[in-house]
Amino acid sequence: MKNVHELKAKEKKLTEWSYVWHPIERGYNNRTLYVNVGTLEIKEKPVSQQMKEKFVGGKGFGLRLLWDATTPTTKWNDPENEIIISPGPIGGITQYSGAGKSLVVSLSPQTDSVMDSNVGGFFGPFMKFAGFDALEIQGKSDKDIIIYIDAINHKVEIFEDPGFSTDSHILGEELTEYFANDPKEAKNIGIVSTGAAADNSLIGMLNFTFWDVKRKKIRLKQAGRGGIGTVFRDKKIKAIVAKIDGVKPNLNNVADMEKITVPGRDYAKEMAEYDDIQNQMRKKGTANIVNVMSDYDLLPTHNFKFGSHKDAYKIHSDILRDKYFTQGINDACWIGCAMQCAKGVDDFIPKTGPYKGQKVIVDGPEYETAAGLGANLGIFDYDAIIEQNFYCDTYGICTITWGTIVAFLMECYENGIINKEITGGLELNFGNIPAALELLHQCASGEGFGKIAGMGVRKIKQYLIENYNADPNFLNDIAMENKGLEYSQYVSKESLAQQGGYAMTNKGPQHDEAWLIFMDMVNNQIPTFENKADALHWFPMFRTWFGLQGLCKIVWNDIIPPDNKFEKEPHKIPKHVRNYLSVWEGVTGIPMTEEELIRQSERVYNFQRIFNIRRGYGLRKHDAQPYRAAGPVTVEEYESRAERYDGQLKELIGVNPEGKTTEEKIKILRKYREEQYEKLLDAVYERRGWNKNGVPTIEHLKKIGMDLPELIEVVAPLQ
Amino acid sequence: MQITLNNKIEVFPNETLTIKEILELKKFTYPKLIVKLNDVIIEKEDFDSTFVKEGDNLMILHLLAGG
Ligand code: SF4
Repeated sequence: MKNVHELKAKEKKLTEWSYVWHPIERGYNNRTLYVNVGTLEIKEKPVSQQMKEKFVGGKGFGLRLLWDATTPTTKWNDPENEIIISPGPIGGITQYSGAGKSLVVSLSPQTDSVMDSNVGGFFGPFMKFAGFDALEIQGKSDKDIIIYIDAINHKVEIFEDPGFSTDSHILGEELTEYFANDPKEAKNIGIVSTGAAADNSLIGMLNFTFWDVKRKKIRLKQAGRGGIGTVFRDKKIKAIVAKIDGVKPNLNNVADMEKITVPGRDYAKEMAEYDDIQNQMRKKGTANIVNVMSDYDLLPTHNFKFGSHKDAYKIHSDILRDKYFTQGINDACWIGCAMQCAKGVDDFIPKTGPYKGQKVIVDGPEYETAAGLGANLGIFDYDAIIEQNFYCDTYGICTITWGTIVAFLMECYENGIINKEITGGLELNFGNIPAALELLHQCASGEGFGKIAGMGVRKIKQYLIENYNADPNFLNDIAMENKGLEYSQYVSKESLAQQGGYAMTNKGPQHDEAWLIFMDMVNNQIPTFENKADALHWFPMFRTWFGLQGLCKIVWNDIIPPDNKFEKEPHKIPKHVRNYLSVWEGVTGIPMTEEELIRQSERVYNFQRIFNIRRGYGLRKHDAQPYRAAGPVTVEEYESRAERYDGQLKELIGVNPEGKTTEEKIKILRKYREEQYEKLLDAVYERRGWNKNGVPTIEHLKKIGMDLPELIEVVAPLQ
Repeated sequence: MQITLNNKIEVFPNETLTIKEILELKKFTYPKLIVKLNDVIIEKEDFDSTFVKEGDNLMILHLLAGG
């Protein structure tokens, strides 16, 4: 760690802007903060009533501001591109669990379109308490800078980086010490930063800190997807810091506190009583499902070829609970969250890289990380998974993205598409832990084959086709990306609805819009196209709502109330949905129904779709999936589950598999599955009010109150 | 026996099985389940004493909606 006193002596302020603070009114500050790091302009912008009605907050605000700031041809590294951070009206309350999330929105270096990424930690709520519903950063600096939002003196400053460390786990500690006048103030500081990889790759992510009172250390939560950390460093931002004078019970000045505290207390009671016999979120975090996914053949293994592995027991979640995660500690990433799932590994000692031999704290592994950096790479060893987790975090790399990239490269290596000559000596076989770690270090430093890996799956694919004559058909089948974003870590082959849940997602295949595998594949609750389309309407809209409000979606369904089984639609956890209606009304004073909740999301969801269309994407062809997401690409995959696939040939397609070669059977199954997916697109588009090309109809936009002239202008020629 | 499990026909070699045995055979290890036998909710503590037989309609709903 650098000496903070020496850094302070070198501080050079570039600009300072003062503002008049006023209290939040029912969840809204009614203004946003604009910072241009190129021109050093800082100003506030009013939030109109229309902006609140149509866009609500969080992702909605981010999208609206980004639309206005950019043109259809703006590139991710143009000064016009922005990074917008916004929590939403419910964000920052502490009386209902999981209300500390922010949504980060930007044009992505990976997808060339709109990216949104949700993240916990303190920064979003603190920025809101400082007086702003969103932070909008534009421009490009020519030197490394720190943006400081000082909510005590009501000032925003930009100063030159006096020489802080680069990687997040140290940078966060240095900045906390720098801005806290005494150790008690550490809990009042929220930081956004990234790490070395964001300078050297297209897959950089952002770390948001939270202060762990018990451990007296900073912890990290990630806005991982789509390379927003790379945009951050392209603007030469080293960190953004917000400091407040403390969290008080009602900084949101809510309309009716009881409407929040009553369900809030009830929810906390459910967690206290049932978590231990349900998911054990407090003991294992989201990683509790590693073994569940393996049992149901859904745990991505060897680049999503398989859903389980004989060694998967070695990464059973009990091992995390019993050997790695510190127990009996409040691991909430925002104050008041009863779920407390942000588990951590204390005193972990990496065996490689620049922090080799040092004791570090590792945030996670969460499920996605354990699956992506574990099974998907053929690595069934928590020491290795946790070491990759640590380095991904501190270097500023999204673990989901990295897992899918390395898995793809390993399959390429095992198929001879790349070799030791191309990788600079790395033997990228599945299960090779030293090679996987070395590639990660190289990516962070922008050296060797790590530089190629840091481009992301889509660009690597193009690179291999152009430079090494790789077979484009095979690469397109096994490269687990859609829209330029890497798949998150679930096998979707046996769930048609989840294939749509992934590939129809506005930003690319992340599971935060829809996770329908169990409803579809195991429960068989949505057998018809109409049922699937309904699910692919309700769930993405419901889940979008969390991102408008500053809420964590995990809280909704990772604990089940005991009387849920008597509900008409138990899979929606209706009691918790009712809680959210009450919390919204409690904060804003505006009554809410389930229909209006879905409508709020629909407005923003359609806006995002049209934003993609405006940029030349967002059409049916962009919802295409790699065949690996839909079925067996290789003979090895087919034969590993031959009984299942042969059965499907007979029962679903009416073809007798006997006497046919595996290749023939793969072809028949593929044709069937691809047709099914096209039918799914038809059904879902219709349910969502879109035409066959995936374009929202003007009639639908009118119905949902989104017939804004700028949207009509984009969709009118495509009706 | 042949039963309907989650709206699909399923055949087991045994004449009767408890719900607990069916969960084990199907590798249904996820803890948050709603189990209904012929439309009657079966509580977890009754899984090993409730028998499923030929022609029964068994629903085992997994309440897992993702991370
Ligand atoms: S449920 Fe977990 S991730 Fe969500 S707010 Fe609570 S601690 Fe954070």
